[in-house]
Amino acid sequence: MKYVDEFRDGALAQNLAASIAAEADADRSYSFMEFCGGHTHAISRYGVADLLPANVRMIHGPGCPVCVLPIGRVDMAIELALAHGVILCTYADTVRIPASDNLSLLKAKARGADIRMIYSAADALALAQQQPDKQVVFFAIGFETTTPPTAVVIKQAQALGLKNFSVLCCHVLTPSAIANILESPEVRQYGTVPLDGFIGPAHVSTVIGSRPYEFFAEEYRKPVVIAGFEPLDVMQAILMLVRQVNQGRCEVENEFSRAVNRDGNLKAQNLVAEVFELRREFEWRGLGLVPYSALRIRDGFAEFDAEKRFPLGYRTVADNKACECGAILRGVKRPWDCKLFGTVCTPETPMGSCMVSSEGACAAHYTYGRFKDIAVVSA
Amino acid sequence: MSEVRKGYVRALDIKHGRVDMSHGSGGRAMAQLIEELFARAFDNDYLRQGNDGALLPAAGTGKLVMATDSHVVSPLFFPGGDIGCLSVHGTINDVAVMGAKPLYLSAGFILEEGFPLSDLQRIVQSMAAAAKEAGVPIVTGDTKVVEQGKGDGVFITTTGVGVVPEGIELSGDRARPGDRILVSGNLGDHGMAIMAQRESLGFTSAIVSDTAALHGLIAEVLATGADIRVLRDPTRGGLATTLNEIAKQSGVGMMLQEPAIPVHPEVAAACEFLGLDPLYVANEGKLVLIVAETDVEKVLSALRAHPLGRNAAMVGAVHEDPQHFVQMTTGFGGRRIVDWLSGEQLPRIC
Repeated sequence: MKYVDEFRDGALAQNLAASIAAEADADRSYSFMEFCGGHTHAISRYGVADLLPANVRMIHGPGCPVCVLPIGRVDMAIELALAHGVILCTYADTVRIPASDNLSLLKAKARGADIRMIYSAADALALAQQQPDKQVVFFAIGFETTTPPTAVVIKQAQALGLKNFSVLCCHVLTPSAIANILESPEVRQYGTVPLDGFIGPAHVSTVIGSRPYEFFAEEYRKPVVIAGFEPLDVMQAILMLVRQVNQGRCEVENEFSRAVNRDGNLKAQNLVAEVFELRREFEWRGLGLVPYSALRIRDGFAEFDAEKRFPLGYRTVADNKACECGAILRGVKRPWDCKLFGTVCTPETPMGSCMVSSEGACAAHYTYGRFKDIAVVSA
Repeated sequence: MSEVRKGYVRALDIKHGRVDMSHGSGGRAMAQLIEELFARAFDNDYLRQGNDGALLPAAGTGKLVMATDSHVVSPLFFPGGDIGCLSVHGTINDVAVMGAKPLYLSAGFILEEGFPLSDLQRIVQSMAAAAKEAGVPIVTGDTKVVEQGKGDGVFITTTGVGVVPEGIELSGDRARPGDRILVSGNLGDHGMAIMAQRESLGFTSAIVSDTAALHGLIAEVLATGADIRVLRDPTRGGLATTLNEIAKQSGVGMMLQEPAIPVHPEVAAACEFLGLDPLYVANEGKLVLIVAETDVEKVLSALRAHPLGRNAAMVGAVHEDPQHFVQMTTGFGGRRIVDWLSGEQLPRIC
């Protein structure tokens, strides 16, 4: 497959692995966080960790939109579909997130809710046009990558004068989450989470550019390398991070220069700014309430805001007490540190959100890498 | 004095007609549908007996195999086939992978009120053609009609009977460490042909379903006398699911070599686009074979000599593993599990 296979080349991977092994200082260890679920998935699916020396460790970050969505927001979506009888449109792997009362969107569907899995926000808008007698709500989740398309459909709905289309906006912001991790006591105060650098998001950065990360490199003295989602991108980024650490540099470097520049996509940014504004605070699964970390729909587009169109209340719902998703999303714990992992919490019956999406740290490890735990136990 | 007029029944209006509740009521309308559509298309000596069941000659030697499969595919017509030929191929393959020569099929139809008779005719003719080509007659059948909104056009259940000759033993529990894993060709064609056809995806492709009856190919492979432990057709859930089933049944582990697994570039691209993994995508005309190491070459040449096995490849090996993991060495040089699918394969967001 042209333009894809080139970035999965095994021979090049071996060369990069050799360079990383040669350049990584044997007397120290390196801990890098890949922020994005897309990177987590690539690392697990292609077995990238197998190509790294033992002293280079990857920490899975919170950049999985499904994983960070709090139960309360999923409950709102379920309430819309079950109690208000709307057609609820959602991106696919959202349907399996466990919510309150042993429900999920998939289970609500089995109880008669009209839930549609869609590939694009435009599909939801088209559905609203086809079904003028039904209220259609788009359950909009995701980081900066999925936000501009939501802005576009809201503007289109306004232009079309649609009265039966609205958006349950749950869009969140990458820089706020990174700042939250860097400010966490485990990283800043106690140093219990060693963090030597970040692999910066791929698709998110095509929208916001590389400039927003400069603050982290400067203020927190952490190198950031923005990388594409292909496994060779990840390997190259790790090599670049090792070099920065070795040379004592803390800079934003761009491995994904084929798609990302410093300023990002200004047109998309303007669209988002036109339709959305910052929320004062937003609950993240694992991180708790994070100030100015999410977007809401501006008053000028209020009629397309499902939270204003329907009487919905937000209720914070605690995770299962034994669930370690929070600590795992902050890099404090790893999937196999959780008592539920692989026992009662599996991809078939996820207890926590990290087990839901294949981008989640737990699901990725369970699906692709758990043979490693077994090998350790039996040795 | 008036004469008794000879009965005249107006022929079914296939072109404009639709299935209605009377077609399932057991009365004249149903008899007419069966006679003019099903019996005419499937015609054979056994079906012509016209009884509640077909009277078939008892098998002399060997063992009887029976398999059943329900088909609920949407869309009903897709590039490379339709629900009709699919329902014939699917059941023939389930019988054939047991090492049996498929002999007879039954067909049960659940029709939705309002379904166009012209579509039904296309489907029935496609079934008839598939059965004829495979040399396996449809000897008995059943038709029911459900109200509009209670079906999805048409559901078809087929059951197949076949005979395994003495001396052939194929079973999912016979894989042993050291055995090799073979596939008969490119993976994922059927599933992606269906996906590409679903209107909401809005992309076009030239991917065609691989739906085919495999008993001819299987007969060729068995004729080599090679030590074949397991045969399966990796339908729903794809290669990954089939291998996990075999690994569990046999109590072994497996290691696949990603670069050896044949996938058509277009299928690979479509999967990439949709965030799916071709290892989990359905096939309807492919075989998975677990073969003794010494007989790999023999089996591969037999497969490749047949039109349905041209792209056959060895993709991995069986080893001891108390955890029964199916693993894969990736083209990238790492290692990962190829796990059971959890629920449906859902596309990722990013």
